[in-house]
Amino acid sequence: MNTPVLISTFLAASIEVIEMVAIVVAVGVTRQWRGALAGTLAGLMVLAVLVAGLGTALQRVPLSPIRVVVGALLLTFGLQWVRKGVLRVSRDGWTIGVGEQQVEEGVGSGFDWTGFLLAFRGVSLEGLEVAVIVVAFGAADHAIGSAAIGAAASVLLVGALGAASYRVVARIPRRALQLFVGALLTTFGTFWAAEGLGADWPGDDLALLWLVGFYVTAALALVRVVSYWRRGTLRRLRAAEPLTEGAPR
Amino acid sequence: MMLWNLTRKVVTWWVVTFVTGDDWSVAAAVGAGLLATWGLVRAGVAAWWLMPLVVIGATVSSLYRAVLREG
Repeated sequence: MNTPVLISTFLAASIEVIEMVAIVVAVGVTRQWRGALAGTLAGLMVLAVLVAGLGTALQRVPLSPIRVVVGALLLTFGLQWVRKGVLRVSRDGWTIGVGEQQVEEGVGSGFDWTGFLLAFRGVSLEGLEVAVIVVAFGAADHAIGSAAIGAAASVLLVGALGAASYRVVARIPRRALQLFVGALLTTFGTFWAAEGLGADWPGDDLALLWLVGFYVTAALALVRVVSYWRRGTLRRLRAAEPLTEGAPR
Repeated sequence: MMLWNLTRKVVTWWVVTFVTGDDWSVAAAVGAGLLATWGLVRAGVAAWWLMPLVVIGATVSSLYRAVLREG
Protein backbone atom coordinates (compact mmCIF):
# COMPACT_ATOMS: atom_id res chain seq x y z
CA MET A 1 0.00 0.00 0.00
CA ASN A 2 1.39 3.42 -1.00
CA THR A 3 0.18 5.76 1.78
CA PRO A 4 1.23 9.15 0.26
CA VAL A 5 -0.57 8.25 -3.01
CA LEU A 6 -3.63 7.02 -1.08
CA ILE A 7 -3.91 10.19 1.03
CA SER A 8 -3.27 12.50 -1.94
CA THR A 9 -5.91 10.86 -4.15
CA PHE A 10 -8.36 10.81 -1.23
CA LEU A 11 -7.97 14.58 -0.71
CA ALA A 12 -7.92 15.45 -4.43
CA ALA A 13 -10.96 13.28 -5.12
CA SER A 14 -12.85 14.86 -2.20
CA ILE A 15 -12.89 18.24 -4.00
CA GLU A 16 -14.84 16.81 -6.95
CA VAL A 17 -16.87 14.35 -4.85
CA ILE A 18 -18.29 17.25 -2.80
CA GLU A 19 -19.71 18.68 -6.05
CA MET A 20 -20.97 15.24 -7.14
CA VAL A 21 -22.80 14.78 -3.82
CA ALA A 22 -24.23 18.30 -4.05
CA ILE A 23 -25.67 17.54 -7.51
CA VAL A 24 -27.03 14.09 -6.55
CA VAL A 25 -28.63 15.37 -3.33
CA ALA A 26 -30.16 18.31 -5.18
CA VAL A 27 -31.64 15.97 -7.82
CA GLY A 28 -32.80 13.48 -5.15
CA VAL A 29 -34.45 16.06 -2.92
CA THR A 30 -36.15 18.09 -5.63
CA ARG A 31 -37.03 15.28 -8.08
CA GLN A 32 -36.77 11.59 -7.12
CA TRP A 33 -34.21 9.61 -5.10
CA ARG A 34 -34.59 6.41 -7.18
CA GLY A 35 -33.61 8.14 -10.43
CA ALA A 36 -30.82 10.14 -8.75
CA LEU A 37 -29.24 7.07 -7.14
CA ALA A 38 -29.53 4.98 -10.32
CA GLY A 39 -27.82 7.79 -12.27
CA THR A 40 -25.10 7.97 -9.61
CA LEU A 41 -24.44 4.22 -9.78
CA ALA A 42 -24.30 4.30 -13.59
CA GLY A 43 -21.86 7.26 -13.48
CA LEU A 44 -19.63 5.53 -10.90
CA MET A 45 -19.58 2.33 -12.99
CA VAL A 46 -18.42 4.26 -16.08
CA LEU A 47 -15.64 5.84 -14.01
CA ALA A 48 -14.55 2.49 -12.53
CA VAL A 49 -14.27 0.99 -16.02
CA LEU A 50 -12.28 4.03 -17.20
CA VAL A 51 -9.84 3.86 -14.26
CA ALA A 52 -9.40 0.07 -14.61
CA GLY A 53 -8.82 0.29 -18.39
CA LEU A 54 -6.41 3.26 -18.40
CA GLY A 55 -4.66 2.14 -15.21
CA THR A 56 -3.94 -1.35 -16.56
CA ALA A 57 -2.71 0.05 -19.90
CA LEU A 58 -0.32 2.50 -18.22
CA GLN A 59 1.21 -0.14 -15.90
CA ARG A 60 3.20 -1.47 -18.89
CA VAL A 61 4.77 1.90 -19.86
CA PRO A 62 8.27 2.69 -18.41
CA LEU A 63 8.26 4.95 -15.34
CA SER A 64 10.46 7.91 -16.45
CA PRO A 65 8.39 9.12 -19.45
CA ILE A 66 5.18 8.56 -17.48
CA ARG A 67 6.53 10.68 -14.62
CA VAL A 68 7.38 13.56 -16.98
CA VAL A 69 3.96 13.54 -18.67
CA VAL A 70 1.93 12.87 -15.50
CA GLY A 71 4.07 15.30 -13.48
CA ALA A 72 3.53 18.09 -16.03
CA LEU A 73 -0.22 17.32 -16.08
CA LEU A 74 -0.52 17.34 -12.27
CA LEU A 75 1.56 20.52 -12.17
CA THR A 76 -0.64 22.50 -14.57
CA PHE A 77 -3.85 21.08 -13.04
CA GLY A 78 -2.68 21.63 -9.44
CA LEU A 79 -1.64 25.20 -10.26
CA GLN A 80 -5.14 25.93 -11.60
CA TRP A 81 -6.57 24.88 -8.23
CA VAL A 82 -3.98 26.93 -6.34
CA ARG A 83 -4.81 30.03 -8.43
CA LYS A 84 -8.58 29.55 -8.05
CA GLY A 85 -8.17 28.82 -4.32
CA VAL A 86 -6.02 31.92 -3.71
CA LEU A 87 -8.36 34.20 -5.71
CA ARG A 88 -11.52 32.90 -4.01
CA VAL A 89 -10.18 32.65 -0.45
CA SER A 90 -8.71 36.17 -0.69
CA ARG A 91 -12.12 37.45 -1.90
CA ASP A 92 -14.64 35.36 0.11
CA GLY A 93 -12.63 34.13 3.12
CA TRP A 94 -11.86 30.59 4.28
CA THR A 95 -15.30 29.29 5.30
CA ILE A 96 -17.38 29.35 2.11
CA GLY A 97 -18.82 25.91 1.23
CA VAL A 98 -20.14 24.58 -2.06
CA GLY A 99 -23.58 26.23 -1.80
CA GLU A 100 -26.98 25.00 -2.94
CA GLN A 101 -27.45 23.42 -6.37
CA GLN A 102 -30.37 24.59 -8.51
CA VAL A 103 -32.38 21.76 -10.08
CA GLU A 104 -35.72 22.07 -11.84
CA GLU A 105 -38.55 20.60 -9.73
CA GLY A 106 -41.65 18.62 -10.69
CA VAL A 107 -41.73 14.89 -11.56
CA GLY A 108 -44.42 12.25 -12.20
CA SER A 109 -44.88 8.92 -10.41
CA GLY A 110 -42.78 6.67 -12.77
CA PHE A 111 -39.01 6.34 -12.98
CA ASP A 112 -37.47 9.81 -13.25
CA TRP A 113 -35.27 9.58 -16.36
CA THR A 114 -34.47 13.31 -16.24
CA GLY A 115 -33.22 12.90 -12.65
CA PHE A 116 -31.25 9.81 -13.74
CA LEU A 117 -29.57 11.76 -16.55
CA LEU A 118 -28.88 14.81 -14.35
CA ALA A 119 -27.22 12.64 -11.68
CA PHE A 120 -25.37 10.53 -14.29
CA ARG A 121 -24.04 13.63 -16.05
CA GLY A 122 -22.99 15.27 -12.75
CA VAL A 123 -21.25 12.15 -11.43
CA SER A 124 -19.51 11.22 -14.69
CA LEU A 125 -18.36 14.77 -15.53
CA GLU A 126 -17.12 15.65 -12.02
CA GLY A 127 -15.76 12.13 -11.73
CA LEU A 128 -13.71 12.37 -14.94
CA GLU A 129 -11.30 14.66 -13.13
CA VAL A 130 -11.13 12.15 -10.27
CA ALA A 131 -10.44 9.36 -12.77
CA VAL A 132 -7.60 11.34 -14.37
CA ILE A 133 -6.07 12.06 -10.95
CA VAL A 134 -6.35 8.39 -9.92
CA VAL A 135 -4.76 7.18 -13.16
CA ALA A 136 -2.05 9.87 -12.99
CA PHE A 137 -1.05 9.14 -9.38
CA GLY A 138 -1.37 5.39 -9.91
CA ALA A 139 0.74 5.37 -13.07
CA ALA A 140 3.48 7.72 -11.84
CA ASP A 141 4.22 5.57 -8.78
CA HIS A 142 2.92 2.23 -10.12
CA ALA A 143 0.32 2.28 -7.34
CA ILE A 144 -3.03 2.25 -9.16
CA GLY A 145 -4.58 0.16 -6.34
CA SER A 146 -3.71 2.70 -3.62
CA ALA A 147 -4.93 5.58 -5.81
CA ALA A 148 -8.23 3.81 -6.55
CA ILE A 149 -8.75 2.98 -2.85
CA GLY A 150 -8.10 6.63 -1.91
CA ALA A 151 -10.70 7.87 -4.42
CA ALA A 152 -13.22 5.16 -3.48
CA ALA A 153 -12.83 6.03 0.22
CA SER A 154 -13.51 9.66 -0.63
CA VAL A 155 -16.69 8.75 -2.57
CA LEU A 156 -17.89 6.55 0.32
CA LEU A 157 -17.08 9.05 3.09
CA VAL A 158 -18.38 12.22 1.43
CA GLY A 159 -21.34 10.23 0.02
CA ALA A 160 -22.22 8.95 3.51
CA LEU A 161 -21.94 12.48 4.90
CA GLY A 162 -24.20 13.72 2.12
CA ALA A 163 -26.72 10.95 2.75
CA ALA A 164 -26.75 11.72 6.50
CA SER A 165 -27.03 15.46 6.07
CA TYR A 166 -26.34 17.50 2.97
CA ARG A 167 -25.80 20.58 5.13
CA VAL A 168 -22.62 19.00 6.55
CA VAL A 169 -21.21 18.56 3.03
CA ALA A 170 -22.31 22.07 2.01
CA ARG A 171 -20.37 23.52 4.95
CA ILE A 172 -17.02 21.91 3.97
CA PRO A 173 -14.90 24.90 2.90
CA ARG A 174 -14.27 23.65 -0.62
CA ARG A 175 -12.20 26.65 -1.76
CA ALA A 176 -9.78 26.30 1.15
CA LEU A 177 -9.53 22.55 0.50
CA GLN A 178 -8.94 23.32 -3.18
CA LEU A 179 -6.03 25.60 -2.30
CA PHE A 180 -4.29 23.01 -0.09
CA VAL A 181 -4.93 20.06 -2.41
CA GLY A 182 -3.79 22.20 -5.36
CA ALA A 183 -0.50 22.73 -3.50
CA LEU A 184 -0.30 18.96 -2.92
CA LEU A 185 -0.87 18.15 -6.62
CA THR A 186 1.67 20.83 -7.59
CA THR A 187 4.17 19.21 -5.20
CA PHE A 188 3.82 15.74 -6.71
CA GLY A 189 3.80 17.24 -10.22
CA THR A 190 7.04 19.19 -9.64
CA PHE A 191 8.73 16.22 -7.99
CA TRP A 192 7.80 13.60 -10.58
CA ALA A 193 8.33 15.81 -13.65
CA ALA A 194 11.82 16.91 -12.57
CA GLU A 195 12.73 13.37 -11.48
CA GLY A 196 11.50 11.96 -14.80
CA LEU A 197 13.81 14.43 -16.58
CA GLY A 198 16.77 13.14 -14.55
CA ALA A 199 17.03 15.79 -11.79
CA ASP A 200 18.06 14.47 -8.35
CA TRP A 201 16.10 15.93 -5.43
CA PRO A 202 18.04 16.66 -2.22
CA GLY A 203 16.81 14.10 0.33
CA ASP A 204 15.19 11.95 -2.43
CA ASP A 205 11.53 11.20 -1.49
CA LEU A 206 11.79 13.43 1.63
CA ALA A 207 11.90 16.38 -0.79
CA LEU A 208 8.12 15.91 -1.11
CA LEU A 209 7.78 17.14 2.49
CA TRP A 210 9.73 20.38 2.14
CA LEU A 211 8.27 20.96 -1.32
CA VAL A 212 4.66 20.77 -0.02
CA GLY A 213 5.65 23.05 2.90
CA PHE A 214 7.15 25.51 0.41
CA TYR A 215 4.07 25.56 -1.85
CA VAL A 216 1.53 25.78 1.01
CA THR A 217 3.49 28.66 2.60
CA ALA A 218 3.68 30.41 -0.77
CA ALA A 219 -0.07 29.93 -1.34
CA LEU A 220 -0.93 31.33 2.12
CA ALA A 221 1.36 34.31 1.51
CA LEU A 222 -0.28 34.84 -1.90
CA VAL A 223 -3.76 34.98 -0.29
CA ARG A 224 -2.55 38.01 1.69
CA VAL A 225 -0.70 39.53 -1.26
CA VAL A 226 -3.76 39.21 -3.56
CA SER A 227 -6.00 40.81 -0.87
CA TYR A 228 -3.49 43.69 -0.72
CA TRP A 229 -3.47 44.03 -4.54
CA ARG A 230 -7.29 44.06 -4.58
CA ARG A 231 -7.46 46.85 -1.98
CA GLY A 232 -4.90 48.83 -4.01
CA THR A 233 -6.87 48.33 -7.25
CA LEU A 234 -10.11 49.42 -5.52
CA ARG A 235 -8.42 52.52 -4.07
CA ARG A 236 -7.06 53.48 -7.50
CA LEU A 237 -10.48 52.99 -9.09
CA ARG A 238 -12.22 55.07 -6.40
CA ALA A 239 -9.61 57.81 -6.74
CA ALA A 240 -10.15 57.87 -10.52
CA GLU A 241 -13.98 58.08 -10.25
CA PRO A 242 -14.44 61.85 -9.55
CA LEU A 243 -12.13 62.72 -12.45
CA THR A 244 -13.97 60.54 -14.95
CA GLU A 245 -17.40 61.74 -13.70
CA GLY A 246 -16.53 65.39 -14.32
CA ALA A 247 -14.74 64.78 -17.61
CA PRO A 248 -16.32 66.22 -20.81
CA ARG A 249 -17.95 63.61 -23.08
CA MET B 1 -17.82 15.05 -39.66
CA MET B 2 -19.81 14.39 -36.45
CA LEU B 3 -16.94 12.24 -35.10
CA TRP B 4 -14.43 14.99 -35.93
CA ASN B 5 -16.55 17.61 -34.11
CA LEU B 6 -16.93 15.33 -31.09
CA THR B 7 -13.19 14.58 -30.98
CA ARG B 8 -12.41 18.29 -31.25
CA LYS B 9 -14.80 19.09 -28.38
CA VAL B 10 -13.32 16.35 -26.17
CA VAL B 11 -9.72 17.43 -26.89
CA THR B 12 -10.59 21.11 -26.26
CA TRP B 13 -12.31 20.19 -22.97
CA TRP B 14 -9.31 18.08 -21.95
CA VAL B 15 -6.75 20.79 -22.75
CA VAL B 16 -8.76 23.57 -21.07
CA THR B 17 -9.61 21.50 -17.98
CA PHE B 18 -6.24 19.89 -17.33
CA VAL B 19 -3.61 22.00 -19.06
CA THR B 20 -4.35 25.65 -19.79
CA GLY B 21 -7.27 26.53 -17.52
CA ASP B 22 -8.13 30.22 -17.67
CA ASP B 23 -4.50 31.28 -18.16
CA TRP B 24 -2.46 29.49 -20.82
CA SER B 25 0.70 31.43 -19.88
CA VAL B 26 1.13 29.31 -16.71
CA ALA B 27 1.09 26.10 -18.76
CA ALA B 28 3.56 27.72 -21.20
CA ALA B 29 5.87 28.69 -18.31
CA VAL B 30 5.68 25.15 -16.91
CA GLY B 31 6.55 23.74 -20.34
CA ALA B 32 9.49 26.14 -20.73
CA GLY B 33 10.66 25.34 -17.18
CA LEU B 34 10.60 21.60 -17.88
CA LEU B 35 12.57 22.11 -21.11
CA ALA B 36 15.14 24.23 -19.26
CA THR B 37 15.40 21.61 -16.48
CA TRP B 38 16.00 18.91 -19.09
CA GLY B 39 18.71 21.05 -20.75
CA LEU B 40 20.46 21.77 -17.44
CA VAL B 41 20.36 18.10 -16.39
CA ARG B 42 21.85 17.11 -19.76
CA ALA B 43 24.61 19.68 -19.16
CA GLY B 44 25.39 18.07 -15.78
CA VAL B 45 23.88 20.86 -13.61
CA ALA B 46 21.80 19.95 -10.52
CA ALA B 47 18.53 21.57 -11.69
CA TRP B 48 16.01 20.53 -9.00
CA TRP B 49 15.61 24.16 -7.84
CA LEU B 50 14.43 25.49 -11.21
CA MET B 51 10.83 24.19 -11.33
CA PRO B 52 9.74 25.48 -7.87
CA LEU B 53 11.00 28.95 -8.89
CA VAL B 54 9.22 28.80 -12.27
CA VAL B 55 6.00 27.63 -10.58
CA ILE B 56 5.99 30.47 -8.04
CA GLY B 57 6.96 33.09 -10.64
CA ALA B 58 4.25 31.99 -13.08
CA THR B 59 1.61 31.84 -10.32
CA VAL B 60 2.41 35.31 -8.95
CA SER B 61 2.34 36.81 -12.43
CA SER B 62 -0.94 35.04 -13.31
CA LEU B 63 -2.63 36.15 -10.06
CA TYR B 64 -1.51 39.76 -10.59
CA ARG B 65 -3.03 39.78 -14.09
CA ALA B 66 -6.23 38.19 -12.70
CA VAL B 67 -6.58 40.96 -10.08
CA LEU B 68 -6.01 43.63 -12.74
CA ARG B 69 -8.72 42.02 -14.92
CA GLU B 70 -11.16 42.01 -11.97
CA GLY B 71 -10.50 45.71 -11.38
